[in-house]
This record gives sequence, structure tokens and C-alpha cells, in this order.
Amino acid sequence: MAEQGLASEHPASLWSDAWKRLRRNRAAVFSGVFLAWISVTAALAPWLPGMRDPTAQDLKLAATPPSVTHWFGTDELGRDTFARVIHGGRISLMVGLVATLVSLIIGVSWGAVAGYRGGKTDEIMMRIVDILYSLPYIFLVILLLVFFSRSIIMLFVALGLVQWLTMARIVRGQVLSLKQQTFVEAARALGATDAAIIFRHIVPNTLGPVIVYTTLTVPAIILQEAFLSFLGLGVQPPDASWGTLVSDGARVLALFPWLVIFPGMALSLTLFCFNFLGDGLRDALDPHDRRDVA
Amino acid sequence: MSLAGFILRRVLIIVPTLWVIATLTFFLIRAAPGGPFQAERDIPAAAKEQLLHKYGLDQPLHRQYVHFLVNAARLDFGPSYKYPQRQVREIILEALPVSAELGGWALLLAILVGVPIGVIAAVRHNSTVDYASMGIALAGVSIPNFVLGPVLVLGLALGIYLLPPALWHGPESRVLPVLTLSTAYVAYVARLARGGMLEVLHQDYIRTARAKGLAEPVVVMKHAFRLGILPVVSYIGPAAARILMGSIVVESIFSVPGLGRYLVNAAFNRDYTLVLGEVLFYAGFLMVLNLAIDIAYTRLDPRVELA
Repeated sequence: MAEQGLASEHPASLWSDAWKRLRRNRAAVFSGVFLAWISVTAALAPWLPGMRDPTAQDLKLAATPPSVTHWFGTDELGRDTFARVIHGGRISLMVGLVATLVSLIIGVSWGAVAGYRGGKTDEIMMRIVDILYSLPYIFLVILLLVFFSRSIIMLFVALGLVQWLTMARIVRGQVLSLKQQTFVEAARALGATDAAIIFRHIVPNTLGPVIVYTTLTVPAIILQEAFLSFLGLGVQPPDASWGTLVSDGARVLALFPWLVIFPGMALSLTLFCFNFLGDGLRDALDPHDRRDVA
Repeated sequence: MSLAGFILRRVLIIVPTLWVIATLTFFLIRAAPGGPFQAERDIPAAAKEQLLHKYGLDQPLHRQYVHFLVNAARLDFGPSYKYPQRQVREIILEALPVSAELGGWALLLAILVGVPIGVIAAVRHNSTVDYASMGIALAGVSIPNFVLGPVLVLGLALGIYLLPPALWHGPESRVLPVLTLSTAYVAYVARLARGGMLEVLHQDYIRTARAKGLAEPVVVMKHAFRLGILPVVSYIGPAAARILMGSIVVESIFSVPGLGRYLVNAAFNRDYTLVLGEVLFYAGFLMVLNLAIDIAYTRLDPRVELA
């Protein structure tokens, strides 16, 4: 990456190259567009014209199947399922993004420091990661949430804390090879501090794999939040995430199947698009992976 | 390093790791507000004291800790708090075969279906078959099992009365839980197998094999497969531990009396001894399986160095 600038007058940078490749991948582009659309819709949900109040009950309209007025039907309390699915998306996406950010910050810093310092520091830091890896973490998350509090903050912390391990490993691997390169030596020769070398010079060069893994972490966390909500440990009422909606719907599955199907579809489609986008980004950003010639 | 030395070193790491996990879980549980006998809060003080005494909860914390460690080393986790007439070990040993059966079938299905799909997709790289199977595989990875489970129940059990919607009696009761549990694994294994095979199929020694005039099936199955399958092998270890220990969700949806369901219930009931026993058992299981996988790895790929 460092020497690419020398290749020609108008270098095709890694980023413009990657962008070109990503745009050619129609499935990834569609996924990106869908995710942008659902994120904006979810974020703006309370202010959208015609959006019903997801908590407004109308017992006269209890549990009606999908219709022109209520696209996704209504639940047992007559709440509009469409509004509930969109508002549920707000929570699911927010949990996914915030917890991913937590894991990103911890993972990148941990991996970068371990890889850069090397030696004993690296040994100890990565041994900790190994040990944490072998923890039955989903059990621990359940314990944390059952025993302490079921607040959304706890959820962020619990999910973020278990997701940074792989990120740390990826970044460490990258840093190990990057720190041998001449631009790092140059920075050191110029008297840059370790912190500056790590975070100004090395970390930006690990962005490719980090972006890919981040894109794949978001759906993993959304899935875990949904799973915890399904067990009754995640988001607590009156808030509802997609996981809560599916969980509630599953209880009345035989009677009102639309209460499972629509939130389930929203959740699955979102996860699907995140995974597709992540795959597309990996193909686009990983220069070692130019298999399209074959 | 010799294989024996490698195994010894790894076993020596497992012990302190298990100790860390035991300690962490022990103090996490003790730090949690609310005791195991919260439901019996209204019982007379004397009776409660007796109850605490019976479980050694009236002793100082460090005593309890040492006591717990010594017993845990002998795989004795004491009686369950919730079901006092039963030993934790008994409960685990009773639930394990159920979870293992469910998980075993799911894992078998994942390998038997996932690997061929992945290999075919890799061999037909960039063809319609490749795109279609990978699209389906990605969908399989993306649909959460707690969505898939109810949908399958809706379609196959409630819709056409083909299969029982829940419980664990008779062979037909296995179908829906196994399908639900295995889908994501089938899909993931297919993706891994494809990725691994693609990587290998572009290597020089494969070109050499083709140049020698070997038939394509021989090249794929004899030369490429062994290395291309490695990502699947390394995935199977942790996946097996997870899947054999039972799926919390699938076991709850289908009322399967396995370990996963016990763990969640134990946590909700604050059944300390059962939680500790299960967590330690699971962690030990996971580490032993990972070790086994690492050994298998060296058999498949002689280039792997033991470290």
C-alpha cells in the first residue's frame, strides 16, 4: 500500500480500485442500498408521515391479519405490526452499531498494541485473548444479564466485550507484518512516539480487513441481541427489538403467524444484506484475493 | 516439537485456563445480588440458616471457594440448589446425551450436505450453480434459528400435520429440531469448503497435477480436497463443542430436555452449583475438542508446525 503511489502518474489507489470492484458486485450494491434505506427509515421512524405509534393500542383491531390499512397486520393489543417492526429496527440496528463500535475500539487497540510491542507483552495479551476465547461467553452474557441488570447499557457492554477478540487477532496479524515495513522505520527515525506510530501510521493501514470484519460483526451482534431478547434477556418492554417481536410472535404462532413472519423477515433480510455487503467488501478490499481472473 | 510434547504442553495450558474460568464464574455468581433461596424468603430465620449451612453458604467466602475448587477437580459440583435431591453431575450426564444426539445429527448433516455443496460451488466457480448455492448458503447463515424454528413448525407441523411440533419422543420428533439447528451450520460449512477449495485450486501443485494429465475428479478429490477442507476442520472443533452442548434456542423452542435449556433455567433460578458445573464442563469440553482438532490438523497438513 505504501509503495502504490510510485506505480504511475495516476495511481489506482487501493480504495478507488476496491470501490470499482464493489460497484460491479450487484448483490453487494443492492444490499448496501437496502441497508441504507432501512437504517434511514428506522432512524427517522418517529417523524415519518403516516407512521403509526407503535405503542398505540386499539383493542377493536386486535390481531387482524395484514390488510391495506395495516400492512403487516396488528398484534393482540391492536398495535400496528408495521410500525412495531420499523421501530424494532431502530433498537436492533442501534444495538448492532453501538456494540460493534465498542468491540472495534477495544479490538483494534488491543491487537495493535500487542502486535507492535511484540515479545512478552504480545505473549501475555494474546494469551488473555486465548483464554477469553475458550470462555463459554454466551453463557457468561446470560449470567451477566440475569444476575445484574437487563439494561440496554449492560447489553452493549456484554455484546461488545465478547466480540472484540477476533478483531484483536486480525489487527495483530496485520500489525506484525506492517511494523516491519520501511514507512514505520521512517516514522520511528523521525522521532514519532509509539502511540503515534501505532494509531497514525499502522492502524490506518489495517483498515481493509477491519472494515470487512466490522461489517460482519454488526449482523453477528444484531443476531445475538435478538437471541438474548428471544430468551427474555435483551431489550425490555416497552421497548421492542426484532428479537423481542419474534419472541412474542412465536408464542402465538399457530393463531397469528404474521406476528412472527414479518419481524422475522425484517431481521433475516437485514442480516442477509449485512453478510452480502461484508462478502462483497472482502472481495473488493482484499488484494490477495483477485480470483476474478481465474 | 514432538506430538507428545505438543499435547503435554496444551494439556498444561488447559488446567490453568479452567482454573481462571472457575474462579471468574464463582466470583461473578457470588457478586450477583439475590441468593438462590430468594423464593423462600418468607421462611423462618432458623430454617434459612439451616439451609445455608447445608450448602456451606454460611462459611467465609475463601473457604467456600477452596471447597468448590477441590470438589470441582474431582468433578463433584454438589447437589443442585433447585433440585436438592439431585447431583449437578447427574443432571449434566442426563442432559448431555440428549443435546449430543441433537447436535450430533445436526453436525453430521452440516458436513454431509455442506461440504459437497461447497466443493461443487468451488469447482464450478462463477457459474450459476456457484452463485445460486452461495446465495442460498448466505440466506442460511442469515436466518436466525429462532425465526426458522417457528416457521418450520408453522409449515410442517401446524400446516400439514406432518411432524410433531415439539417434545423429544420418537424419531420423527428429531426432524424439526435437527433441521432448525443444522441449517446455519450447513450453510457455513458450505461457505468454508468453497473458500478453502478455491484457495487450493489456484495453487501450483494443482496445476502440476492437471498438467500431468490427471482426470479432473482425481485432481479435485485426491489433491485439492485434503487441503481445501482444512478451514472446515478447524471450524468443526468449536462448532462441535457449541452444537453438542446443546442449542439454547432450539431446545427451548422444541422443549428438548438438553443442556442448553438446563443452563438458561439454572441461570434464571440462580441455581449456582448447576451453573458452575455446566460452565466448567462446557469450557473443558471445548478445550479438549480444540486440542483434538489441532492434532487432526497436523495429520491433514504436514506443513503445519506444532507450536
